[in-house]
Amino acid sequence: MSTIQVQTPGLQTTVQDLGRNGFGPAGVSPSGAADRISLRLGNRLVGNDENAAGLEMMLLGGTFAFPDGAILALTGSDFGATLDAVRLGVGTSAEVRPGQTLRLGPTSSGARCYLCVQGRIEVKPFLGSASTHILSGLGGFEGRALRKGDVLRIGSAPRPFRKRTIAPEAAEHLSPRSILRVTAGPQADWFSESSLRSFYAGTYRVGEQSNRMGLRLEGVAIAERGAGQMITEGVSLGAIQVPAGGSPIILFVEQQTTGGYPKIANVIAADMHRVGQLRPRDEIRFEEVTFDTARTLLLEQEKLLASGELILE
Amino acid sequence: MEIRTSDEVRFHTASDQSLLVYFGQQITPGTHQRVRKLLGLLEREPIAGVRNLNPAYCSILVSFDALRLNHRELEQILRGYIDRLDAMQVPPGRELQIPTCYGGEFGPDLYEVSALHGMTPEQVIELHASVTYIVYFLGFVPGFAYLGELPQALATPRLDHPRRSTPPGSVGIAGNQTGVYPFATPGGWRLIGRTPIAMFRAEREAMSFLSIGDRVRFTPISAAQFAALVRG
Repeated sequence: MSTIQVQTPGLQTTVQDLGRNGFGPAGVSPSGAADRISLRLGNRLVGNDENAAGLEMMLLGGTFAFPDGAILALTGSDFGATLDAVRLGVGTSAEVRPGQTLRLGPTSSGARCYLCVQGRIEVKPFLGSASTHILSGLGGFEGRALRKGDVLRIGSAPRPFRKRTIAPEAAEHLSPRSILRVTAGPQADWFSESSLRSFYAGTYRVGEQSNRMGLRLEGVAIAERGAGQMITEGVSLGAIQVPAGGSPIILFVEQQTTGGYPKIANVIAADMHRVGQLRPRDEIRFEEVTFDTARTLLLEQEKLLASGELILE
Repeated sequence: MEIRTSDEVRFHTASDQSLLVYFGQQITPGTHQRVRKLLGLLEREPIAGVRNLNPAYCSILVSFDALRLNHRELEQILRGYIDRLDAMQVPPGRELQIPTCYGGEFGPDLYEVSALHGMTPEQVIELHASVTYIVYFLGFVPGFAYLGELPQALATPRLDHPRRSTPPGSVGIAGNQTGVYPFATPGGWRLIGRTPIAMFRAEREAMSFLSIGDRVRFTPISAAQFAALVRG
């Protein structure tokens, strides 16, 4: 049994896969990787299923010893990783010899870096998924972020090492951007013309209080027309809700499953992974697209992800 | 994009991968039955490509794989399901008790709530424990049940400044709803007591203590009884 020994955990390192679906009636949100595409790509680089569990690191990475060696890949944002003092970039698979140590530092770009190992991180699944839901302490490794001294098990995958790299053009297409595309929210018509204009013309800063549950935005406050009394209803991933104070919140992977604030807009599926790379103080804007456009963008993205040219061997 | 159908059922796009089904815009037992029936039918006969269901007071949010379904196709399928609701039966909810120690450190807002309504704390407790509540749905976080209706005389606005963390088991009220916080989460409901019951436990067969449609009463207990129940 191969293991990973956590020497330093980083700021918030959790076990994540692509989440658990179907438990909304119990109030359980899907959770899962904040940047799903980076996790999917990392898994493909090491020859795993796209949904295999890996480590999600936020802003500051950890130090991990591999007493038995491993085949791994880092994806997402570059946290300045080194393997026994040799630089290891993102987007490529690497072979770790027994006894080597992987060190990650602070991010030099976006919010999250993923560490995938061949054979996956093995944890006891909760509702069919390895994902950690931090708020409720469920799933993942003991339902929490990793701590110094934790020992993670790596599943067996007796396949030889193959060097794989993400094609640079593909990486470019999937990279972070400061304009998030959205569709109209279910209560968009509760907001006045001028509120909607301010929302789409304004620049918003990601607040320090942001986390996997939601991103709090600072910027032009949005006044609601007060068309009616909001009755609590199910809220979708990426919903942009506007509480009484007028500061929008993007509901994210560990989101509450229902809510009572009006939603002005919703980030499209094809841009959700970009939300996972936003750091506190990043500035963003919103651009409205039609539902048809949102669907076309998602189809194009999946086509790119499925293409043979994405991963170079 | 709003799609009107009959007087009663309304579909509305929520995101590019979800659709809201509304059964009217009022919280009534009849609406609640429709929600339960559609939820039951969708759980019994899942629609290929549907990923998740989030029932609420008068709506269900249906999330789907946008590579397999679109809003129009899903609406067509759902209409077929809704046409069958009248013929459907849902099982009666279970009758459950939630032992609750009111006031003191367990119910830090009890005095303020009683002052707001010009009652004594004892009257608030008596009223809160006097009615049978329906579990309208579970939402917010795992195992959080939205219970209604709170007696009108107890209807209370949320806190102006929500707590950053609410102790698990806290019994809160907000508007005409009441509920129990299963986890230490942020929360804006006013806390009047606490139950020793674990509202959500991953190791338990039925993870959530309450399910949609259950009928619930709060039973006042003393601090000593609370401690005894915690010891189990």
